[in-house]
Amino acid sequence: MSLLSVEGLELRHGLLEAVRGVDIAIAEGETVALVGANGAGKTTLLRAIAGAHRPSRGRIVFDGRDITRLRAHDCVRMGISLVPEGRRLFGDLTVEENLLVGAQRRRGGHWTLETVLEAFPMLARLRERRAKTLSGGEQQATAIGRALIANPRLLLLDEVSLGLAPLAVDAVYESLATVIAQGATVLLVEQDLTRAVGVAERVVCMLEGRFVLEGRRGELTREQITSAYFGLSRGAAA
Amino acid sequence: MTWINDIVQGITLGGFYGLLACGLALMFGLMRIINLAHGDIAVLGAYLVFLLLEHWHVSPFIGILPVLPVMLLLGYLLQRTMLERSLRSGLLVPLLTTFGLSIVIQNLLEQGFSPDVRSLGENAGSIATSSWQITSKLSISTIGALTLGVAIVIFGSLQWFLSRTQPGRQMRATAQDPDTAELVGIDSRAVYGWATAIAVAIAAVAGMFLAIRSTFFPYAGPDNLIFAFEAVVIGGLGSSLWGALLGGIVLGVAQTIGGQINPEYSILAGHLVFLLVLASPRGGLLTLGAGGIARVRSARGVSA
Repeated sequence: MSLLSVEGLELRHGLLEAVRGVDIAIAEGETVALVGANGAGKTTLLRAIAGAHRPSRGRIVFDGRDITRLRAHDCVRMGISLVPEGRRLFGDLTVEENLLVGAQRRRGGHWTLETVLEAFPMLARLRERRAKTLSGGEQQATAIGRALIANPRLLLLDEVSLGLAPLAVDAVYESLATVIAQGATVLLVEQDLTRAVGVAERVVCMLEGRFVLEGRRGELTREQITSAYFGLSRGAAA
Repeated sequence: MTWINDIVQGITLGGFYGLLACGLALMFGLMRIINLAHGDIAVLGAYLVFLLLEHWHVSPFIGILPVLPVMLLLGYLLQRTMLERSLRSGLLVPLLTTFGLSIVIQNLLEQGFSPDVRSLGENAGSIATSSWQITSKLSISTIGALTLGVAIVIFGSLQWFLSRTQPGRQMRATAQDPDTAELVGIDSRAVYGWATAIAVAIAAVAGMFLAIRSTFFPYAGPDNLIFAFEAVVIGGLGSSLWGALLGGIVLGVAQTIGGQINPEYSILAGHLVFLLVLASPRGGLLTLGAGGIARVRSARGVSA
């Protein structure tokens, strides 16, 4: 049985239909990348799974339980954590405080303040620093740590490389590899195709609120993904 | 020597204003709610203590103890049933809601307790009237010193709560970004509920001191709200919690010194200082972004 299954999900921003009926199932331990152009509905879909966006139609089932109507803080308790786009740290709180706030709904598991600081060594010496004084890469590491410390069964990552220097992106993905190796189930949104294909076992391509291409790593060529990404071959949907 | 006495009296009066301003600053700093019913809530607290003392002949300082949990509950319910809905419709709606609430509380108090002017000074016994004579021209009233002491303890505890405890961290996180707070597992509505509960309970303590040091009646709320509001603005409008106490003390000193020049100038002097602060460049603090209280942590984070 899949850990997460989304059925016929429709999401709106007022009159705008951001996601128009998508289905996806993610098995425990799987890493799935969601790619697509700006405005394809990726962030909205992630926020809906995390409970921060109320669907207008469809169902979200997590671990056999319907969570469509749960609020975000309840989803965290169920084991879903989202690292939001733009990191969204609590800027006036210190790094340690940001992590501790994330530990509020902590489920039992591997991740504690200590293990998070081990996985992100750069954070250890920044514990007492206010989050807003950190560099982009350090902030991203804090944001991922803040989500991990709740010991999620499903980790949602939204554009973790956005606005970071290439070296910082490397560092963030290195840490992510550790997290994935721990057996986490991950759904990530990534603009950088090479990164996305590099880390994920399965790639789903979104265009204008729909899934237009889906396949395992190795099954899809870069050209196929690119053309789906830009909507060049609408008939090519898998 | 008289002016030293005036300043001392002003500081103790300022302790009272600070206490009155504390809940107002907390709600503004955390939720950007300007609670126009804050003064009436303080007066409601005074009436609840009064009601209790009619049946049990104890000191108001004992009488306030069972009132506090009632006020906590009332504050929580106020947030969850009224202010939460209002906040969803923008920042102006809570202003209107609390304005209406203010009128409702005043009228209910008049219905329930008659418009008579009351005081709990007599119930408090010698505490309300005694003073320490330091020199021939300098004396400190017991109740004044006690008010200031209680204000410092409450501000200190609140500061410690916000900066050192997990619920306090949650409050600061929610104040900065309620949406993200939800995403990391914080029930932002409950957090706001508790913040209002604390603000309302502290208002009741201020109401008790009002009742002991002077008089109260069903419509006494707005007069006290003005002083509390002035204290918050002088103190930097929610930019820090201690600012409200400091603002209260500045206001208190201005009033006593103004009153020394001419008793008619007492309140006016306070208003003038308030207007001066508003007009000064520092008055620009009014427009500072949300989450002021969230910055209570000392500067060690920045300097590290």
